Amino acid sequence: MAYKIACLCLLLFFVTTSSAEIAGFPFESEAQEQRFRELSAELRCLVCQNQSLADSNAGLAQDLRSELYQQVLGGNSNNQIINFMTDRYGDFILYKPRFATKTLLLWLTPILLFIVGIFCLIRFSKFRNQRQQTQVSEEDLQKIRALLQAEEEKR
Amino acid sequence: MSQPVESQVASPQGQRPKRWVYLLPLGLFVVLMVFFFFGLGLNPRLLPSPLIGQPTPEFSLPKLSNPDELFQHTDLKGEVSLLNIWATWCTSCRQEHPVLMKIAESEEVPIYGLYYKDIPAQGVVWLQDYGDPYRENAVDENGKVGIEWGAYGTPETFLIDQKGIIRYKHVGPISWHDWETTLLPMINSLRNNNGV
Repeated sequence: MAYKIACLCLLLFFVTTSSAEIAGFPFESEAQEQRFRELSAELRCLVCQNQSLADSNAGLAQDLRSELYQQVLGGNSNNQIINFMTDRYGDFILYKPRFATKTLLLWLTPILLFIVGIFCLIRFSKFRNQRQQTQVSEEDLQKIRALLQAEEEKR
Repeated sequence: MSQPVESQVASPQGQRPKRWVYLLPLGLFVVLMVFFFFGLGLNPRLLPSPLIGQPTPEFSLPKLSNPDELFQHTDLKGEVSLLNIWATWCTSCRQEHPVLMKIAESEEVPIYGLYYKDIPAQGVVWLQDYGDPYRENAVDENGKVGIEWGAYGTPETFLIDQKGIIRYKHVGPISWHDWETTLLPMINSLRNNNGV
């Protein structure tokens, strides 16, 4: 038991020391580092467009990372930093598009399609039910039986 | 005699889907094709700049010709001008250079340069070797001012009006065709509008 606890403590020690610095950016606190991680994953590298700032090694991504680092250390809020980036590079720098009139279609299309899908589903199942519940009158049934019997007698 | 039986069994109270429903997939396909046609024709490298309509970002940088003197954003006011972001490591800038030379020769508009993330001495030699279309160059060695301008792929060229407002941004090398069909007409209309 004591051995296990000791192991756990050692592991914890590793966790805390290894996260004190990422890629040459020393942080004063865990919270700052966490914010840096989140923001650099949220922002897009504009040179290699399908990578985030965190993933990219392009020169511009390095510059923007160090800009981000300085702003996080300087105590700027996430909103301030995001605004700094979009003021210069436009909304394209954001991986997650903002909810605005321009992006309304983008955000609402899935919900719209979902509603349309549900509607179609209801209509379709109703249609099927009606088909299954087709009522044949007694008179018709007698006609059918008579026809079937006539067929059988022919054979 | 068997007719009424068949029709009653097969079509319950006219609930069969209407004919146009079968055309729906084709219709959706056509709409999709229209979106693809226009969407895939776009160049994802050309990003709209949020700086258009805004005053030029503030900066104060040493001049390439004389590091003791400063080139400032206020120097861009007073007349219609172009600001070209370039570097010697930028191959597309080499490709664009002859066009810039031709524009400079035409004396239609002054071209200023933002010498971006490069060693100043190299830029001086480069301009001596290939010719210097710039009226003045600001040296942005660490790329900080480039970020202010939203630079992401050199060469980039901004069209700035008399009041120092950014009117247009061209990403990538300017061709003579771009100059004749887009930039020059815009420059002329900016001049005419302010002349009133």
